[in-house]
Amino acid sequence: MAVAVLIPTVLRKHTAGKDQVAAQGASVREILRDLETQFRGFTQNLYAEDGDLKPFINIYVNEEDIRFLQDLDTPVQSNDTVTILPAIAGG
Amino acid sequence: MAEDLKCRECGKAYSAQPAAMCEECFGPLEFNVDYSQLAGILTREKIAQRAKNMWRYRELLPITNVPAPGASIGFTPLVVANNLAKHWGVQELYIKNDAVNFPSLSFKDRVVSVAIAKAIDFGFKVVGCASTGNLANAVAAQAAACRLKTCILIPSDLEPAKITGTLIYGANLIAVTGNYDEVNRLCTQIAERYQWGFVNVNLRPYYAEGSKTYGFEILEQLGWKTPQHIIVPMAGGSLITKIQKAVQEFQKLGLIEQSPCRIYGAQAEGCAPIVNMVKQGLDRLRPVKPNTIAKSLAIGNPADGIYAARVMRQSGGTGESATDDEIVAGIRLLATTEGIFTETAGGVMIAAAEKLIRSGKIPPDESIVLSITGNGLKTQDAITGSVKITATIKPTFQDFQRTYEQGGEAWQ
Repeated sequence: MAVAVLIPTVLRKHTAGKDQVAAQGASVREILRDLETQFRGFTQNLYAEDGDLKPFINIYVNEEDIRFLQDLDTPVQSNDTVTILPAIAGG
Repeated sequence: MAEDLKCRECGKAYSAQPAAMCEECFGPLEFNVDYSQLAGILTREKIAQRAKNMWRYRELLPITNVPAPGASIGFTPLVVANNLAKHWGVQELYIKNDAVNFPSLSFKDRVVSVAIAKAIDFGFKVVGCASTGNLANAVAAQAAACRLKTCILIPSDLEPAKITGTLIYGANLIAVTGNYDEVNRLCTQIAERYQWGFVNVNLRPYYAEGSKTYGFEILEQLGWKTPQHIIVPMAGGSLITKIQKAVQEFQKLGLIEQSPCRIYGAQAEGCAPIVNMVKQGLDRLRPVKPNTIAKSLAIGNPADGIYAARVMRQSGGTGESATDDEIVAGIRLLATTEGIFTETAGGVMIAAAEKLIRSGKIPPDESIVLSITGNGLKTQDAITGSVKITATIKPTFQDFQRTYEQGGEAWQ
């Protein structure tokens, strides 16, 4: 199934400048895999050495951080929105 | 002075620009000073001659011009806390009191003045932030003085004083029905779309450097010495890393001697992702859903958490947390011993310090600095239930005398 993925500025060099793309997959991991197939190099720097996402990258399914769900195995359905965003500070 | 940014992870260098993230590896960008040009030039004597504000360390900040309200920011008191020291049975205790920082009564005035200086350099007409309150106050106040428009986002359940203390400056204040982490996510999305200067997003590398002045001042006010222990409240985790950076920069410049400085981070038990990381020896930060009265520290997904944890581990410090009851007790303890009214974040820090001292993790005969970063008048809601008026009486001397005579110990 296809879900909408919102792309942060820093990754748009891989998506021909597009801020939103469609991707196939039943989990966040599969979505990222499909994005790599569509846009070679997209996930090249997303993963840390341990295979998990780098700590500077946050991924949300709809409004929720996937670390509160099932991390990369979080299921996604059509009509879901996956948002990739850099982590930022504040207070 | 080179004003370059550098990725903390891969080291890739960038020219001065409003950006916070490495394009290659997505690590955070950091401002770096070229120390070699400053050794022997920036001396104790030179700094001591300058006006008592944070710009006395300007060579170590990423600025070319001081913004309009900047002239009075910083150089807050380092209080010798003898009463609290006696209460805890320690010998040498100090409080760095940014509850009285100018203009908005928190350490955030420091970071915002640097961020706004850069926003003006970069030509932004609108500045903004996601905030748990103090940052909102500081951005709103300084933006007003610099004639900049604002876009400030906060969780809608913030303390009323922090909301009023933002609105009064004419800020565009958006209350979001969500926690800080949700507000922060929205803020990042807004920053991606609009070309505004968000102090904690695209201006973050500059903004964060302002925190160093809190550390520089501690070192100078101690007589160009490093304290053996510093305890710091943590929200996003940035301040604690910049205090360590301040110590390291002063050491590199020969302004202070090399001596160990253990740095401890304090969080509320209801939102302690960084303390958990340190106490449990984890490599990764697990975000939490905040549930604490310390709203200014209620960041469940702190962006600088891994660096904050590293500072505690490397320096030989550790993390400690406090329950809501302990936070209130901490606020009252500081007020009743030292006459300093701090906000909930300060209560967290006091409660954590008490645990670290009582457990022997901090030895009683070594020098300790407590970091007070915000003012209690902004978070009165947290303590109103725990304090009460001694008596309400008719305006007669008889009523007063009866109250006094029944008062007992409180008057002795």
